[in-house]
Amino acid sequence: MARTILPFGPQHPVLPEPLHLKLTIENEIVVEALPTLGYVHRGLEKLCEVRDFNQMVQIVERVCGICSCLHALCYCEGIEEIMGIEVPRRAKYLRTIWGELHRVHSHLLWLGLFADAFGFESLFMQFWRVRERIMDIMEATCGNRVVVSVNVVGGVRRDLSPEQCQWIEQQLIISEKEIRQLQTTILNDYTVKKRCCGKGVLTKEQAYQLGAVGPMLRGSGWAQDARQTGYAAFGELGFEPIVEYDGDSYARCAVRFRETLQSFDIVRLAIARMPAGETAATVDSGSDDDTPTTITGNRGNIIQSYNRDKHHHITAAPPPNLDIPAGALAAKVKGKPDGEAVTRVEQPRGELMYYLKGDGSKHMDRVRIRTPTFANIPPLLAMLPGCELADVPVIVLSIDPCISCTER
Amino acid sequence: MLETIPLPLDEVVAVAKEHFDGGWRLVTMTAVDTGEAGFEIFYHYDKDLVMKHYRLSIPKETVVPSISPVYFAALLVENEIRDQFGICFSDIVLDFGGALYLEAEVRAMPFCKVSVAQKQS
Repeated sequence: MARTILPFGPQHPVLPEPLHLKLTIENEIVVEALPTLGYVHRGLEKLCEVRDFNQMVQIVERVCGICSCLHALCYCEGIEEIMGIEVPRRAKYLRTIWGELHRVHSHLLWLGLFADAFGFESLFMQFWRVRERIMDIMEATCGNRVVVSVNVVGGVRRDLSPEQCQWIEQQLIISEKEIRQLQTTILNDYTVKKRCCGKGVLTKEQAYQLGAVGPMLRGSGWAQDARQTGYAAFGELGFEPIVEYDGDSYARCAVRFRETLQSFDIVRLAIARMPAGETAATVDSGSDDDTPTTITGNRGNIIQSYNRDKHHHITAAPPPNLDIPAGALAAKVKGKPDGEAVTRVEQPRGELMYYLKGDGSKHMDRVRIRTPTFANIPPLLAMLPGCELADVPVIVLSIDPCISCTER
Repeated sequence: MLETIPLPLDEVVAVAKEHFDGGWRLVTMTAVDTGEAGFEIFYHYDKDLVMKHYRLSIPKETVVPSISPVYFAALLVENEIRDQFGICFSDIVLDFGGALYLEAEVRAMPFCKVSVAQKQS
């Protein structure tokens, strides 16, 4: 049988981002897959040499919009480790809350795209409709829907009042109810199972040896999640990872669906246990040529932004219009990081790792970002051979590819 | 602060094999340009959420043995390091020849503090 090399991507209806695969097919069966990257490489790691380490927080957030909060969290934890900054406990809980909300909106985005990949467009719209409510929470509490910019070195730049926490909990109750209504369709529908079960199987051994992370690893039977390391407030919340065992596209879908519901529980638990106190540490290492970084915000603009769309769908009470306590928006960190650190957090797509090296100046000497999709591409190359050409879009999407992250 | 284990050049593959057999996962590799001293390459391994970091210090223009025959996942990292820093790896299982991100005719290494000429492995 003659072999044909077929280009898949970088522009493809099922791919929101430019991943290019050269698929060698034989009688509609994929026999080899080779990746081509570099379409959106931005060299963000190199920017650390010309930007202040505080400015880098905003830059790493732009590695990926969908998990911006977790990039900033991972970076800030690394700087804090180098500089020996003790983050207030309340800030750790707030980081956990916003981080898990990011996981929810990322998984809902993926669940919608996944449904769209096998032609289930109404399901796609239902998941995205629920996601809007999570985006509303982001906007009401952070001022932005996607790149929320709440993390700063030393803590967070915003606080949540009791009324806001109550409002968030109301929104979560409605969202969870709406997601549970979609559970039967996404996990038990004949079409979904036909397109996902047994497709793109990654065995337990392959997943580990090929370096898979996140739902790909857990969908193949490994109970490993960077949240178990106890970063932010996870050390006090008793976290257990979600695991599925079949290793196919359906298992990865089930992991993400169950993780969405788990994140609701984590947010509720974090709100319930969140202690009072400061939201950011003030650090002064004694250097005299740096001006403190002061971050301020305007709560009024946030509410105005929230209310500007008259067609905004609100089925529960609107966010409470409250003034944030004085000082909650200000964070001052002064100093020059000198040393090395490696930090890890669990992004929606899997484990994210930062290597940071400071040389005693206000710039970082090296910032290295290992994103989850970068780790999941080798397992993808192992999963594709043997599958039917028609299943390639579903299998590729099942790893939740983020090429923006991968190429940085 | 980061604790690292010094790694001699001739033990790179043996250490990788030892970790692979011991059930360690390769998290990633990190290259750092240390100026005139050359490069440092970190090998980050993980087992049960415990990480080990090996530090390989090499002069510029050193060819590093690839660990991709042991850890297939290393192929992307090694190709990326070659693109960004011009460090060549011998025996990569899938060698993009310095063109994973860059065009083939590019010779300046974008992540180096001082550009070095790329050598063929």
